[in-house]
Amino acid sequence: MATQASHMAGRLMLTPAVLLLFLWMIVPLGMTVYFSFLRFNLLMPGTEEFTGFENYSYFFTDPAFWPALVNTLTLVLGVLVITVVGGVALAVLLDQPMWGQGIVRILVIAPFFVMPSVSALVWKNMLMNPVNGLFAALARGLGLQPIDFFANVPLASITAIVAWQWLPFATLILFTALQSLDREQMEAAEMDGAGPIWRFVHLTLPHLMRAMTVVVLIQTIFLLSVFAEILVTTNGGPGTASTTLTFLVYMQSMLQFDVGLGSAGGIVAVILANIVAIFLMRMIGKNLEA
Amino acid sequence: MAREVSKGRKAAVTLLAWGVALLIFFPILWTFLTSFKTEGEAINSHPSFLFFDWTLENYETVNQRSDYLAHFWNSVVISLGSTLLGLIIAVPAAWSMAFVPGKRTKDLLMWMLSTKMLPAVGVLVPLYLLARDTGLLDTKTGLVIVLTMVNLPIIVWMLYTYFKEIPGEILEAARMDGATLSSEILYVLTPMAVPGIASTLLLNVILAWNESFWTLNLTAASAAPLTAFIASYSSPEGLFYAKLSAASTMAIAPIMILGWFSQKQLVRGLTFGAVK
Repeated sequence: MATQASHMAGRLMLTPAVLLLFLWMIVPLGMTVYFSFLRFNLLMPGTEEFTGFENYSYFFTDPAFWPALVNTLTLVLGVLVITVVGGVALAVLLDQPMWGQGIVRILVIAPFFVMPSVSALVWKNMLMNPVNGLFAALARGLGLQPIDFFANVPLASITAIVAWQWLPFATLILFTALQSLDREQMEAAEMDGAGPIWRFVHLTLPHLMRAMTVVVLIQTIFLLSVFAEILVTTNGGPGTASTTLTFLVYMQSMLQFDVGLGSAGGIVAVILANIVAIFLMRMIGKNLEA
Repeated sequence: MAREVSKGRKAAVTLLAWGVALLIFFPILWTFLTSFKTEGEAINSHPSFLFFDWTLENYETVNQRSDYLAHFWNSVVISLGSTLLGLIIAVPAAWSMAFVPGKRTKDLLMWMLSTKMLPAVGVLVPLYLLARDTGLLDTKTGLVIVLTMVNLPIIVWMLYTYFKEIPGEILEAARMDGATLSSEILYVLTPMAVPGIASTLLLNVILAWNESFWTLNLTAASAAPLTAFIASYSSPEGLFYAKLSAASTMAIAPIMILGWFSQKQLVRGLTFGAVK
């Protein structure tokens, strides 16, 4: 039984964290909501005035909005498909008996620790550059025309870079989940003559379902905010070909100094992320009860 | 019953796994190798894998540019500072939620998690303006504060899941023996909690070291950590592959070594205990 005193102490110890997080959430978010209803440009100080939903209608009718929304969804979905499919395959592979498993695991996880600006620059210059890059050298070696990745397929190139960064995360989590698979059940199925494909579909995949959901949800939260990779490689271009919602809001508020418009975009991004967050919270909340 | 695995099958799996792993690791390996090449060798249209004249000149050049060390130091201060500050705030909170849970503890935990779901871009403008108006723009202090708050939910959650595993009966026993609250924390709880706190520290230093939204948007020059400094190489005049490689290698090496030690904690920390 906890005593009255320890309850008091407990509440006291909780207060700083709760208070700070509350302020951290409510103050900036409140300001964003407020700004989103103002005509407010940093280049024209003192001209702020209330405009209702004007910023929102500007944001939604911005010719870059739809491409940005489509690009965001394409990037997120593309990375999710690559990392989940690749992650399951890699996790199953890593789970097999082999020599040097520890080193293999270290090599596979490594990209997750590379800071985004480094991975973007390395891929952009040393691998994907159409003149000096390694891919170009390989293409020439095979007698092919080198591809100018960021000019011709900018979004796919960024998707590849981001997928490379997140594949280790998916692999690591799915591999961890695989450890709790019931080996005896697996062996029993094998004894009964079930082939490896049957076992994978009927035993491994259902077991990994939960971990896959966690991977999808958590990655989505992070992927909606991909920023440095775009800034460093294409700056959202050519045109709007690789502009995402996050990058669009960044351009409007930090480059065009249109605080009102950027804030409206920010709120749209918040709403989008919240739809995902609700599902994630439900998953984790369920686990907390278990 | 341990299953017998044939040598042939094991050899095939080993070959495949090493092949895939080296392919995934290749961009990092390539960066590492290029950092020892001359600039001419680095952009050679027939790139050499190992047989080139190895040189340390890029590391010398990068380090001579006095600003590299300054940015490295900024990264150290910002990632360690924000993590330590976060721990100071989070340890008491996680302790109280794990050992004196109230009716609302679960809701509180979920709410803390929900603050992490807020996309950064949704609060970019106000935080930029607040930082500007308080003189914290482009300062290490400003970034330490922002990254502390960004990672605080993860820190609380990780500590909570670790503290939960400490058996409450031990604390009861200490209390029966007449231990006061402070001595209970100091002599009983702390020694058992140290591994969990260390893991939390490790993972959050990694996350803060690589954080690339706020560090790029709230710094210009003086407080820029390595994330922002390396990003500045993307301008055309900064395009020197070998030097870029040397700077990159130095920027990612320390954190990669830390990361390899924290594989397990990574899973726990980033899935909020949903996968262990």
